[in-house]
Amino acid sequence: MTFLDLIWLIPLFPLAGAAIMLFLGRKLDPQQPSAVALAPGVGPAPGMHGLGHAGHSHAGPGKKLISLLCPGTVLLSLIFSIGAVAELARLPEKTHQLILYTWIAGLPFQTATGSLARFSADWGFLLDPLSAVMILVVTGVGFLIHVYSIGYMGHEGGYYRFFGYMNLFVFFMLMLVLANNYALLFVGWEGVGLCSYLLIGFYFHKKSASDAANKAFIVNRIGDAGFILGMLMMFHVFGTVRFADVNRALAGPGYAPEASWGVLSVMALLLFVGATGKSAQFPLYVWLPDAMEGPTPVSALIHAATMVTAGVYMVARSNALFSLAPATSDIVAVIGAFTAILAASIALVQNDIKRVLAYSTVSQLGYMFLACGVGAYWVAIFHLYTHAFFKALLFLGAGSVIHALGGEQDMRRMGGLKEKLPTTYWTMLAGSLAIAGIPGLAGFFSKDEILWQVYSSPQGSTALFVVGLITAGMTAFYMFRLMFLTFHGKPRMDAHTLAHAHESPPVMTVPLAVLAAGSVLAGWIGVPKLWTAFPDAFRSFEHWLEPVMLRAAAHGADAGHHDAATEWLLMGLSVAVALGGIWVARVFYLRRPELPERLAQSAPGLYNTLLNKWYVDEVYGAVFVDGLAKGGGTALSEFDARVVDGGVNGTGWLARFTSQLSIWWDTWIVDGAVRLVSFAVKVVSYPVRLLQTGYVQAYALIFVLGVLVIFGYYWMR
Amino acid sequence: MSQYYTTTDHFVLVPALMLALFGCAVLLFEVLVFPHPRQRKWLLLFVLLGLAFAGAGVWRQQNFLASQGIEELTAFGGTLTVDGFAIFFNWIFLAASLIVTLISYRYLEVEGEHHGEYYGLILLANCGMFFLATGTDLITLFIGLELMALCFYILVGFLREDRRSNEAALKYLLLGAFSSGFLVYGFSVLYGLAGSTKLRAVADALASREPWDPVVFLALATTAVGLLFKISAVPFHMWAPDAYEGAPTTVTAYLSVGSKAASFALLLRVFLMPLGAAREVWEPLLAAVAVATMTVGNLAAVTQTNIKRLLAYSSISHAGYILLGLIAGNETGIKGVLVYILVYTFMNLGAFLVVVALRRKDLLGEDLDDLAGLVYKSPGYAILMLIFLLSLAGIPPTAGFIAKYYIFLALIETRHYVLAVIGTLYVAVAIYYYFRIVRSMFLAPLADTGPLTTSFGLRLALVVTGVLTLGIGIYPEPFLGFAQTSLAR
Repeated sequence: MTFLDLIWLIPLFPLAGAAIMLFLGRKLDPQQPSAVALAPGVGPAPGMHGLGHAGHSHAGPGKKLISLLCPGTVLLSLIFSIGAVAELARLPEKTHQLILYTWIAGLPFQTATGSLARFSADWGFLLDPLSAVMILVVTGVGFLIHVYSIGYMGHEGGYYRFFGYMNLFVFFMLMLVLANNYALLFVGWEGVGLCSYLLIGFYFHKKSASDAANKAFIVNRIGDAGFILGMLMMFHVFGTVRFADVNRALAGPGYAPEASWGVLSVMALLLFVGATGKSAQFPLYVWLPDAMEGPTPVSALIHAATMVTAGVYMVARSNALFSLAPATSDIVAVIGAFTAILAASIALVQNDIKRVLAYSTVSQLGYMFLACGVGAYWVAIFHLYTHAFFKALLFLGAGSVIHALGGEQDMRRMGGLKEKLPTTYWTMLAGSLAIAGIPGLAGFFSKDEILWQVYSSPQGSTALFVVGLITAGMTAFYMFRLMFLTFHGKPRMDAHTLAHAHESPPVMTVPLAVLAAGSVLAGWIGVPKLWTAFPDAFRSFEHWLEPVMLRAAAHGADAGHHDAATEWLLMGLSVAVALGGIWVARVFYLRRPELPERLAQSAPGLYNTLLNKWYVDEVYGAVFVDGLAKGGGTALSEFDARVVDGGVNGTGWLARFTSQLSIWWDTWIVDGAVRLVSFAVKVVSYPVRLLQTGYVQAYALIFVLGVLVIFGYYWMR
Repeated sequence: MSQYYTTTDHFVLVPALMLALFGCAVLLFEVLVFPHPRQRKWLLLFVLLGLAFAGAGVWRQQNFLASQGIEELTAFGGTLTVDGFAIFFNWIFLAASLIVTLISYRYLEVEGEHHGEYYGLILLANCGMFFLATGTDLITLFIGLELMALCFYILVGFLREDRRSNEAALKYLLLGAFSSGFLVYGFSVLYGLAGSTKLRAVADALASREPWDPVVFLALATTAVGLLFKISAVPFHMWAPDAYEGAPTTVTAYLSVGSKAASFALLLRVFLMPLGAAREVWEPLLAAVAVATMTVGNLAAVTQTNIKRLLAYSSISHAGYILLGLIAGNETGIKGVLVYILVYTFMNLGAFLVVVALRRKDLLGEDLDDLAGLVYKSPGYAILMLIFLLSLAGIPPTAGFIAKYYIFLALIETRHYVLAVIGTLYVAVAIYYYFRIVRSMFLAPLADTGPLTTSFGLRLALVVTGVLTLGIGIYPEPFLGFAQTSLAR
């Protein structure tokens, strides 16, 4: 028995942990305040631990067991993952498939190509370089976040519930990345969505939290419908949904890159719709910022490091398909770039520390899709991997700050915490430098490689590069705005909170330090080709993923057409932009703190539009939510009113652009889908309730009308 | 045909005989042996014994078919036919009856209506279902349907003191009689066309006629109306929400799975064999009905706050999905229908079991808010309910996903793309209302701290349905194989 034969155990450990927690947890942890005590508004706010809880601070033996067991299961998964990946590296073919049994076995039938195929999906695991990276990220970062949670969640009710859901999440995430076919991937895909739902709503007594949970779930379902249709279409065309077989079919002579919209492009587009839901891309990104209502470790694990990257993973996993669908790839690139800059622009002015990071995550995911769209799939995974370190670090650091301030999340009431929270400060600084793209840190390598690929790849373009570059500048700015507002300057919180501010316990700071080390060092396995001083060992990441990137690997060489001088120039440019962003943040928030205020006053339209997140939530809210709740007619008038309001508030060209956007939205999406839905709800639901009078005569009348319609069908044929 | 009652006839009839005998025996026993209300629990033993005998009969039939390598066994000159199809459905009926019996005694005690007739009616209804799955003669089928329906009319109104229950029973009875009129009219026209009441003769007679023959259409339309009423398809569904809400919850559970499965057995028999020749006529008709059914079921469920009513609309929408499999009509589609009905039986029963447990002397336990914070009070119940709801919504790895998958697969295979897309989109709508229940259970503060009304039978039934709902989803192969062998028709 080797580790490779035991990969089925990797997801099983956390599942066992989750089962124990959810069924026995309450017995293990009886001293926790039960839900009964958590009447609405009375329960602790997120992070409100340590204040007035002194009596409860001693952990009972059951609680210690939970603290040992749940991170322990993830640690076991990590150990088994490392073992399996080490053995995988020694295999010549670099892929290992383990099929437990056939899950769904169908009948033979004719596919679109005319051949007979038998539908089948396995409970099967596939370990190859791509899933190897993913399981290491999931179990590694997952383990650190579990450890951190021992401290962060230590004083909150529902300790066992939290860890049960977290372990369940890790199980589903591992199923997602280890699946050897799309159907099983979908199992994990839905499972992580469920856990995300439960964890966002963890503070269920807050209405905003359970609303956010619902929003996340419903928005994701829109994407899932696309995913299912894409999967069914794939089966119809290829007769299989197993990755290896689909790739083999695509590598065959029958398929070449499609010049226009063909069956492969539509299939890829449907899958991408699924990815936009899970990975929070425009237009389905709106759920992610609201998802910050969940506990901070959840934001770090699910909504930054792992689950939201599932869409990127799925697109990279389908690289053989996407590289044959250039039209769809263009859409992926444009959506990615647009999301990156849209989210970064919103992050510039947000005041809630977690929301800044949430929009930053959306923006970074946009980068990853941008890389996928230009065919540089390995770079997307590289950025996914480095991003997992620094974004998890930043979220956990933010959690540490929130923890220290007794639940405060508004950066306008922070400041001067550098001395109070030295470990948090220095580790977050490392993370901020990494995400800003300062040479030598992890984020620099991956982001710079994305920008270079966007510029040099035949599918890339200068316009997309410029968008990416501007986004990089914004990233540096908003991150250092966050750092300066939080840690520098004068403390702006009240004296009581300041006096209580304290560094977090080691159980929280050690994971921060480990992640900080990762944020500094993780990038050194993918240094630019330009840095010829380094041996090839420093470029092993691309080589490692080569077996997975089938057609995509071929055109990576195209980048060589550009000369080294250009590449040096672009690299210098991106570093300059990053430094510029940091410098502007420094001027704005350290040197002349009155400047941002004046700027906001001189361009109120721009500022308000950004602060209100381009009014996208309002537009969606008016169209989707109210539309569904109040019926089509009222929704449309509401919609008009809100868009008009938006136009008034957002004066200037930016506001006009916003309303243009809304009009575009109105024309294409509202008319197409939403009016249909809200119309259908109105048309059907209202009469149904109206007709369900309770009078049996009325029922009989409808019965007879139905009969008449059926006979009418005969005469009308 | 010299003998009127051969050993084969007897062999085929044994399960029905057992159900009828025990059904009547339970009525007598209550009066003669267990007159005291506190002794009535013992009646359960006889019910279980009756079900066991009936199950043994079905088991022996199944073994006989397998050992002889024959596809079907006809009795009474072609009036009854035991084939894989009949056996498949009989197992479903027996399982449903068993589970409903197990959960009923505690519930009826709480309602204060614990009488032996209840069990007698359950067994007799099951006997009617047997004839629906096994009958291949118009008269037998009609009598089976009426036997089942009459039992349900009484069961729905079983809470004599409850006005809602009485009202529901009356509505169900009136509309049911109305629909039976249509059905029997259709059957009479079929008889007129064929000169025989045997389904096979009817099939031959119809095959020799034009599909669009007006008389054929008359028979088809009226038969379809009667059958669509039974499966609560739109626009003949009006009775369902009221009857489901008013009936005792255990009866609602039985009605929603047993009656529906039996009616689908009849529908499949009639539409695939005698009416199969007129497929081009009824396919668009049923497609329209299926879309309307999914539309009304899913959209009306969105606004419900009564769990029983919500599940009633959900059950209407499931009938729409099952119809889609019949519309696809190829082997995958029919297999999908069988798998769907099997899966639906367990997941829907499971969901109702949790609602049954909510009922207390002082609490109706039907409102969405009554489930609030259930996970803090009884995590086991909440997690099982979550599994049932995920399955009803069709989310993997639960059984409901497998069922929907086969239906959609069949639609794609037969190029009904529009129907597949509509079905998929309604899955997204369905998520919304099922998750209103999940939200209440997991994300709302605990509202009611009183204990659940639980019993050994209820817990056993919950575990069985939960294990099957998850088990069929994770390892569906044996169940798919079971459905596969039942396809021979």
